[in-house]
Amino acid sequence: MIVTNREEGSMYKSALIGILSMIAVLLVPQMAKAEYADVVINNYADAAGMRPAVFPHWYHRIRFRCKVCHADLGFKFKAGGNQITMAKIIDGQFCGACHNGEISWSVENCGMCHSGVPGTPTLIHGSTVQRLVAPTYKSMDAPSDQKK
Amino acid sequence: MRTLKLMISSLALLSLLLTTTAVMSADEKAEPAAKPAPKSKVSAANVFNRLLKKEKVKNAPPAQDGIHDPANDNTHVLQPPMIAYEGLPTTEFGNYVDWVKALNDGLLNPRYDRFDPTVEPLVMDLDIVREVKASVPDVVFPHKPHTQWLHCSNCHPKIFIPQRNANVINMSAILLGQKCGVCHGKVSFPITTKSCKMCHSKPKPDDWKPPKSEATLQNPWR
Repeated sequence: MIVTNREEGSMYKSALIGILSMIAVLLVPQMAKAEYADVVINNYADAAGMRPAVFPHWYHRIRFRCKVCHADLGFKFKAGGNQITMAKIIDGQFCGACHNGEISWSVENCGMCHSGVPGTPTLIHGSTVQRLVAPTYKSMDAPSDQKK
Repeated sequence: MRTLKLMISSLALLSLLLTTTAVMSADEKAEPAAKPAPKSKVSAANVFNRLLKKEKVKNAPPAQDGIHDPANDNTHVLQPPMIAYEGLPTTEFGNYVDWVKALNDGLLNPRYDRFDPTVEPLVMDLDIVREVKASVPDVVFPHKPHTQWLHCSNCHPKIFIPQRNANVINMSAILLGQKCGVCHGKVSFPITTKSCKMCHSKPKPDDWKPPKSEATLQNPWR
C-alpha cells in the first residue's frame, strides 16, 4: 500500500486523538453511580462546614420496613423535606430514634453519615423526577438565591 | 495502580489499532481516486445514542459511587451494597434487587417495629383493578406487598383517598413524583420500559378496542 506523507500524518494524528480520548474517558470524573435511592441531605451541612449526610435506603430497608421510619418516626417522603438538625437527632427525633447507641451506633460517628462529597446538593439518587424536571432538588425552605 | 496503568496502556493500544485499521481501510477504498477531497468539518454532535446514558457500574461501593467522599475515612467503613445483596433475587432496575420477592421467600426479615423484632406487619390482601383508557394492560394494585412494608397511614388518606373512583392517576403525575410516584421512581421499583408490566399486568378483554378520539369521530372522510 502506498501511503503519502500527508496521509501518514493524518494516521498518526487520528491515532493520537484516539489515545488521548481514551485517556480522557478514564480521567474525567464519571457521573455518580451511587445506589438507587441513596439520599444526600445538604440542608445545613455545607453551611456548618460538614460534609453532607448520605442516607442509604437499601441498607436500612434490609433491617427495617418503610413503616418504621415513614409512619412511626414521621419521616416525610421527600429528600431534604424533614429539616433534620443534630439538635433534633440528639433529642431522639428522626435518625436519633435509632442512632442512639442502643438500637444502632450513636452520633459520635460523625463521618458515617456525613460522608458525602462537599457541595453535593440535596438529592435522591436515581430519581425519575429529578431526571425529568430539575437538575437537583431544592430544599423546602431555602430560597435558591441563598446559595452564594 | 500497576494494573490500572496496564489497563490504560492496553486500551490505548487497542484504540491505536482500531484507528489505524480504520484509516487503512479508508485509504484502500480511496485508492482509485487521484486525491481525496479535503474533508469538510462535520458536527461532533452526530454521536450514536446521544441521550441514552447507561450506568457503567452497578451497585458501586461507597468510595467509588460519586456521592460519597473518598477522602472521608468513614466512607471506607461503610458496607458495599454488593456484599449485602448476595443471594437476593434480582431485577433489571433500581437496586437490581427484587425486594418483595426477597421478603416473601424469607430471605429478609426487616423489623416492622423499631424495638420488637417479633411484631408482625398488618397485611391486607386486596387487589384493586384500575381500568386504563389506553391500550396498555389494566393496572392491578396489590395491597399485600405494600402493606408488608408500609402502614395504611403512609398512603391513606393523604396520597390516595380510600374510596372507589376518587383518585385520578395518570403516568404524567406518577413520573412527576405524585401518587404512585411518591415512592416508585425514587425508592421502590422505578418506572422504566422494563417495569411497565409490574403494574400494568391485567390484559385487556379479547373484544377490547381502543376508544376513538373525538377528532376521528368528527373526521368527514372517515
